[in-house]
Amino acid sequence: MSVRVALHSPRGSRSFLERGLLLLVMLIFLEGTVLTLGAASSPDISAQDNTGGGDDQRGIEGRHGHANYTKKAFPVLSLDYRHIHVPFEISLWVLLASLMKLGFHLIPRLSSIVPESCLLIVVGLLVGGLIKLAGEEVPPVLDSNLFFLCLLPPIILDAGYFLPIRPFMENIGTILMFAVVGTLWNAFFVGGLLYAVCQIEGTYLSQVELLPCLLFGSIISAVDPVAVLAVFEEIHINELLHILVFGESLLNDAVTVVLYHLFEEYSDAGEVTPMDVVLGVICFLIVSLGGIAVGTIYGILAAFTSRFTSHTRVIEPLFVFVYSYMAYLSAEMFHLSGIMALIACGAVMRPYVEANISHKSHTTVKYFLKMWSSVSETLIFIFLGVATVAGPHAWNWTFVSVTVILCLVSRVIGVVGLTFIINKFRIVKLTTKDQFIVAYGGLRGAIAFSLGYLLDKDLFPMRTMFLTAIITEIFFTVFVQGMTIKPLVDLLAVKKKQEAKRSINEEIHTQFLDHLLTGIEDICGHYGHHHWKDKLNRFNKKYIKKCLIAGERYKEPQLIAFYHKMEFKQAIELVESGGGVKLPSAMPSQVSMQNIQPKKLPPAVAERALPQFTKGREEEIRKILRSNLQKTRQRLRSYNRHTLVADPFEDGWNDFILKKQRMIELEKKMSNYLTVPAAPPDSPTMCRARLASDPNAFYNIKASSDGVPTIQVDLASPQSPDSVNMLNEFSKRGATDQGLGQREGADRDEDQGLMMKPSSAGIEEKGEEGGGNKNPGLMRCLSDPGPSNEDEEDEPFLP
Amino acid sequence: MGASQSARTEHEFQDLADRTGFSLEQIGNLNKRFRQLSKNEETLSRQDLASISALDNNPLRAQIINAFFDKRNLRQNEAGTVQVIGFEEFLMVMSHFRPAAMHITEEEREKLRREKLRFLFNMHDTDSDGTITLEEYRRAVEELLSKAGTIGQETAKAIADAAMLEVASTTRGKMEPDEFYEGITFENFLQILKTFDIETRMHVRFLNMDTATMRCGK
Repeated sequence: MSVRVALHSPRGSRSFLERGLLLLVMLIFLEGTVLTLGAASSPDISAQDNTGGGDDQRGIEGRHGHANYTKKAFPVLSLDYRHIHVPFEISLWVLLASLMKLGFHLIPRLSSIVPESCLLIVVGLLVGGLIKLAGEEVPPVLDSNLFFLCLLPPIILDAGYFLPIRPFMENIGTILMFAVVGTLWNAFFVGGLLYAVCQIEGTYLSQVELLPCLLFGSIISAVDPVAVLAVFEEIHINELLHILVFGESLLNDAVTVVLYHLFEEYSDAGEVTPMDVVLGVICFLIVSLGGIAVGTIYGILAAFTSRFTSHTRVIEPLFVFVYSYMAYLSAEMFHLSGIMALIACGAVMRPYVEANISHKSHTTVKYFLKMWSSVSETLIFIFLGVATVAGPHAWNWTFVSVTVILCLVSRVIGVVGLTFIINKFRIVKLTTKDQFIVAYGGLRGAIAFSLGYLLDKDLFPMRTMFLTAIITEIFFTVFVQGMTIKPLVDLLAVKKKQEAKRSINEEIHTQFLDHLLTGIEDICGHYGHHHWKDKLNRFNKKYIKKCLIAGERYKEPQLIAFYHKMEFKQAIELVESGGGVKLPSAMPSQVSMQNIQPKKLPPAVAERALPQFTKGREEEIRKILRSNLQKTRQRLRSYNRHTLVADPFEDGWNDFILKKQRMIELEKKMSNYLTVPAAPPDSPTMCRARLASDPNAFYNIKASSDGVPTIQVDLASPQSPDSVNMLNEFSKRGATDQGLGQREGADRDEDQGLMMKPSSAGIEEKGEEGGGNKNPGLMRCLSDPGPSNEDEEDEPFLP
Repeated sequence: MGASQSARTEHEFQDLADRTGFSLEQIGNLNKRFRQLSKNEETLSRQDLASISALDNNPLRAQIINAFFDKRNLRQNEAGTVQVIGFEEFLMVMSHFRPAAMHITEEEREKLRREKLRFLFNMHDTDSDGTITLEEYRRAVEELLSKAGTIGQETAKAIADAAMLEVASTTRGKMEPDEFYEGITFENFLQILKTFDIETRMHVRFLNMDTATMRCGK
């Protein structure tokens, strides 16, 4: 009902107002119903104890006191809100959050001016306000447990799993400096100066001690990953800045945790001795390194588990999620840094898991992570808004304004000072513009609020004042800084993210450079970071990959993996955009192989017309094909959870795509170079080509098609002329007459799966031989589309 | 061997520093390393470089060694290779790997890029004819994947072909079927690696201190 209402009102502001009203109405309605029902059964029971309790009581009464039993009509329809109210409310909140997100994007210009996080906080404020207006108590939604255990992990896991490792590692020194030293500086600067301000006479704040101030400083100084992600995602700045700010926000968790616990522990003791400081430092090391260790262990476990999931593909994504969550919880159990554990787990498991799991599982993992993190983020901001309305506030002008100003000042000084030191060690120096963005991008968010919320009321009487100040700071950074950062980025002409696709040349040269630089370093004789990176890679390849990656895939170097991925992507694009045999005008390469192949002098046409394909080589190619692409199993007859496991559709898709690509290439070549009309539209070639774009139909055509088309797949290259694939509509019988060469019929037996049976004859296309060569036999082949009976017709389409 | 010797070396070093752009300390360190590799002789031969054990695992070993003896990298505008190199030539090759200074003009940056990309180009263009033909590129990719076993060899050709196609498409656009793309010229090479920020990537940290200390990370 609410969905329909929302859809009818395209304007977001109306929709959430209506949602709020609807929520209100529903709550009141339920209250009312419950009251009535409660009154009917037993007057003593309070409004909350509804029919469920009443029925029981009556039932029991009925059994005991038979005389008292008054028969009522059997309740055909009853309302029992109490029973489901917790999951119901949760679902309602999630639904609200998602509908809000929908609504914002329906309003055309709003999302470009105001970042989503601001809008969501406003929504939260409104919802909170509505609930308050209705006289209800605003639920304490941003409960710290809920936040830290349910809302935060998906976001961090999403960030950790998709963390770009290369830029992160290249800048790790800078990131650590900002995260550790920067946060420490911020905490002490803000805390110390606040204390100094509190001691000033006129502010009535003199009861605030030093340690609570420092605690407050440590809470408020941490840059928040959720807020940073939310805002930076929309401004698309270059990778370096993004990874700097984002990496800092992730890694400062350890510092925050240690400082928080340190100051909280000792705040009632009133002082911190040097011994405590030393312990604090040790604690920091344990917290951070321990968190990373826990995450790594779970990551390796997950990678190892994924090695064996080839028979149960359906639950593959589950392992990724569960292991990561357990890493987080285990770290939190020991008060280690849960965030660092999650990041380590995601980053460690990713290369191995991705090599092991199927393509569909990979997509599932990606989309689930994105979905959960998106919903979490939305909920967090809405709850921030609600909590603002709810929470007890103690506004103190001095405290709050000094906090906001100090945070800004300390951030700027910290960034500038640290950059000065860091630039001495960096090759790519950070310019002033970069420094500004890093400083300005230091947003605070819900983590600060939750940490403040966790404070004990008795130990910290000024907790409400702290909370008010934290909320104000959050609002300031998210609204003011979040809204203005985009125009500032444009104004300062900060380098934006390059949208260019990774080309294979770049990939080749990346690898090339890596090895080259390692070699030069070895010649120079010192062990720079290329040397160590190379060593790590070799260690990884030799030992780790063997354990953690299933099958033979571990031998695949990165370049080849990249190439296959690109091929796959290209093939999918081709099918999606092409659809039929006619090529779309925006072909990825307008140049074909014959343009770059060096021209060979043709000695004898007939001889040259045949591809030199030895049996052995073809064998190898097939083996490689099978090992790299998934094997096809049975035909997918009916959908149920179990047959989804061996999904030939997905598995065969790879072969299929390549075949399709070949077909199209071939068509193009043939229509270019042979002055023979392309096969008429009704020929089986065309039919199959058309059907190829609609794979579902593919499975059904077997019964009607007469000849099994013979298409071979060449793994080596979609464009290599040596491995030309033939589209042949003729049976063995027909082709042997022409004596154009043999294809291995024996391969037929070994083919499993979607690959169609090769038949013997081959037709050569002679583009590189100088085009236009007309072999009379060839002409005959192509222009006569008559299909003949294949003896394989009786075989099932897919073996 | 006496003050005069070291004074002369100082002067030489200063001269070299001006020409190659290294600092005096870096030159001192590299000289030490040169002496170590060449076993205290004046010139370095291929065998000396080949004897570095750390290079054994490097798939590009042969090409890197060749690059040191390639005349084109030694600022001599001729083709061919030399048999031995002196310290100055050693430095010249190494100077290709110096990082970019912080504040350089656009022109200088472009010049630096060309220099570094030229080095890479020379590594690929083994027959010094000014273009990287398909064969040469194939060989380069095969070398790169030479440690990868049979799978590497099979796909190396395909990868090189795909890369070549990409270059051809980017630089020549649509080509008629009977046109032939001879190979990647230096200009094409520059074009395809335009977004590849080589001036920041292609550098090795030359130490100002004793090479014995290990340093890593930025």
